[in-house]
Amino acid sequence: MGVEEAPSGFLLTTIEDLAGYLRKASLWPVTFGLACCAIEMMAAGASRYDLSRFGMEVFRASPRQADLMIVAGRVSQKMAPVVRQVYDQMSEPKWVLSMGVCASSGGMFNNYAIVQGVDHVIPVDIYLPGCPPRPEMLINAILGLHDQIQNTPLGVNRVEAARAAEAAAMEATPTFEMKGLLR
Amino acid sequence: MSDVTPGGDQGSALTPPAGAATFEVVEVKKGMFGAHGSGDTSGYGGLVTPVAMPAASARPYGSWFDQVVDVLSEVLTDGGVAPDQAIEKVVVDLHGAASADAQQAELTITVAREHLVAVCQALRDDQDLRFELSLGVSGVHYPHDAGRELHAVYHLASITHSRRLRLEVATSDDDPHIPSTTSVYPSNDWHERETYDFFGIVFDGHPALTRIEMPDDWVGHPQRKDYPLGGIPVEYKGATVPPPDTRRSY
Amino acid sequence: MSAPAPHATRPAGNEDMSSTVRAFEAYGDGDWDDIAREAIGEERIVVNMGPQHPSTHGVLRLMLEIDGETVTEARAGIGYLHTGIEKNMEYRTWTQGTTFCTRMDYVAPLFQEAAYCLAVEKLLGITDDIPERASVIRVLMMELNRISSHLVCLGTGGNEMGATTVMTVGFTAREEILRLFEAVTGLRMNHAYIRPGGVAVDTPEGFTTQAREALTKVRGYLKQLTDLMLANPIFKARLTDVGVLNLSGCMALAITGPVLRSTGLPYDVRKDNPYCGYETYDFDVPTAKGADCYDRVVLRVEECYQSLRIVEQALKRLDHTEGEPVMVADKKIAWPAQLAVGGDGQGNSLEHIKKIMGTSMEALIHHFKLVTEGFRVPVGQAWQTVEHPRGELGVHVVSDGGTRPYRAHFRDPSFNNLQGVSVMCEGGQVADVVVAVASLDPVLGGVDR
Repeated sequence: MGVEEAPSGFLLTTIEDLAGYLRKASLWPVTFGLACCAIEMMAAGASRYDLSRFGMEVFRASPRQADLMIVAGRVSQKMAPVVRQVYDQMSEPKWVLSMGVCASSGGMFNNYAIVQGVDHVIPVDIYLPGCPPRPEMLINAILGLHDQIQNTPLGVNRVEAARAAEAAAMEATPTFEMKGLLR
Repeated sequence: MSDVTPGGDQGSALTPPAGAATFEVVEVKKGMFGAHGSGDTSGYGGLVTPVAMPAASARPYGSWFDQVVDVLSEVLTDGGVAPDQAIEKVVVDLHGAASADAQQAELTITVAREHLVAVCQALRDDQDLRFELSLGVSGVHYPHDAGRELHAVYHLASITHSRRLRLEVATSDDDPHIPSTTSVYPSNDWHERETYDFFGIVFDGHPALTRIEMPDDWVGHPQRKDYPLGGIPVEYKGATVPPPDTRRSY
Repeated sequence: MSAPAPHATRPAGNEDMSSTVRAFEAYGDGDWDDIAREAIGEERIVVNMGPQHPSTHGVLRLMLEIDGETVTEARAGIGYLHTGIEKNMEYRTWTQGTTFCTRMDYVAPLFQEAAYCLAVEKLLGITDDIPERASVIRVLMMELNRISSHLVCLGTGGNEMGATTVMTVGFTAREEILRLFEAVTGLRMNHAYIRPGGVAVDTPEGFTTQAREALTKVRGYLKQLTDLMLANPIFKARLTDVGVLNLSGCMALAITGPVLRSTGLPYDVRKDNPYCGYETYDFDVPTAKGADCYDRVVLRVEECYQSLRIVEQALKRLDHTEGEPVMVADKKIAWPAQLAVGGDGQGNSLEHIKKIMGTSMEALIHHFKLVTEGFRVPVGQAWQTVEHPRGELGVHVVSDGGTRPYRAHFRDPSFNNLQGVSVMCEGGQVADVVVAVASLDPVLGGVDR
């Protein structure tokens, strides 16, 4: 449609700024609270750590109406297909915030029952560690996501950015090859 | 001995009290460090330690325990079940208390599985016993307890008499069937499903014995000792941390 | 057996079922769907609520077969949050078990910790050796957790019915209590604070003053909640005579906690089988008569007030036992670290570090062995129950004499109470399912473990 075919240049940059601003300003999360992090997410939505300041107090139950999926809590093997299905039901543009260590990497539960990181199932845009992360940490992560969204390239710029990111990743040392940095 | 073994004297568990029946060895620990093949050169790898659960207690049990066992035997006899066939073992755990009147003292009755439903019925219905609440079924897997590997432990509570009781039933891996107590205690429904899911104990007579926690098509029974924990090694910059069940334990 | 065994979903002793159960005769040789459609002939829909649903208190899946607006069958599907915590605990030391079990029922984590530690202490035989201050702190923390758990229940219950203000008021009140938890344990949730032998660290300076101020605010918020909810005609209409489960139903399903007390039976483990010195505290066990959702809400609010009473008594005792130890005297079991807030906000106290690193090699070895290897627990099994906000939480712990639990099983009250969903919801309306489940107050972390 329109944006993908717009030529790069001043016009596209303005559209990117505007689209980024509009998209980040009222990011509606889908209710995907699974475990303990869900309680902290609810606390972040409550009146002390108000998510309504960011336009996010409306947690949509229907994934069709939501933009952001905050995977808050441990994803078990039984729940993984459900996560995938809800993610697929969300319409573009959509983002995923994996909240807590269990969603990011399996957390303290390195066993048969827990998927070791929800990024095995869905693509994640921003990871938030913590067990559970405080509501302020969640807001920090959301603001980080806002920055990402604000700076998302569109159209031709996006294709170029994706190509550049892939080239950089191919050049870079994989994490497990980086020896000696553990301490 | 207690200043050498932290947390208590382990040796006493292996000496049955005078007049008690033989104790059951539930586990034989080989080596000191749990996981094998970890390149251990300490020499403790050859250590073999048998572990036995507390042996049967001798009468008088103390407190209200004698009364419960006596009334239960009476009711069973009236119902046509021989009490010494149904009740395999009675254990009184004092847990460090001076006498069985202390609150932390516990009574455990090991029951033969054929008579489990009759015993539960007696415990629930008789007015001197009246254990109205069954607080669930807990499975335990003792792979070294030959012929009695799978234990199902029921905890009963009596609101009327303010008492707590433990029933234990054992069955083997080759024939993991235990009669279901849902006819007496309907609340054991989901607990039995869970015990089946995690240990493979089949409860005969259960209205709908299916997996409850694991996905319906899961293979294996996760909480058995021969089922691995299933973790993955965690890799980070140049180092790998093995999953917990392959790390050395003490 | 001549008669079918009585089962929870059939009326007891009622052999003539023709009045309550519709029977169909169906025969044919086609697909079951076709046969069923022919035989039943009317519109019956199966609606799947969850596991992702805003009002299922976590990842609970409810499969409802509805006929119009009436629920004819309700089944609960669980296991979507199964974490294998019990198996994981078999690979960690006894003290590390606290950090695992605390995450089961994450809304009331201190209860799992307390029950587990009490069971381990039973196995160790040190139940009578726990210092009084440690028991007082345990009671204090548990009662504060009871209040915060009930606030979550009432808050989310109100939210599910569309009353978002109830949720904001409830959660704001809870923040006061979480601030107290943070002051004592360092964390807002999932504290791992109660350890076998006592508690991890003593309460900070000025805690009792801070707590008393917070309690005044909590009372204010509780008053706001009751004003918002209890006289509201819509609230009453939605909750009265919904989800009724009478005493026989509760006893058959071994349902404990506020649901059982709403039928009139004053069964509370704190009175029946006291632990941590509960027999020395002055409090009442509220009951109700109606056994419906409205009564359970009133009951939970009343329990909050009773918990506040206990907290005040505990705070007085804290003042009296100032400076006493909070860990058992036996140094072979007591957690060695003297935790303190250092310059970077965490860590051990400097005196302890100076001692073990500077002066005594034996102390260092001792600290190291206790923390990495852990203490050994004598062979045996123990059972401990506590009065969890949702019912009776039981812990069955088996030891093989080693440094790790051989088996730790938790009888979670929500797991048991969820069996009552079918009984409570069948025959009612779909909207009442939400209210009934909210009054059972399941927390799926505890259900699935």
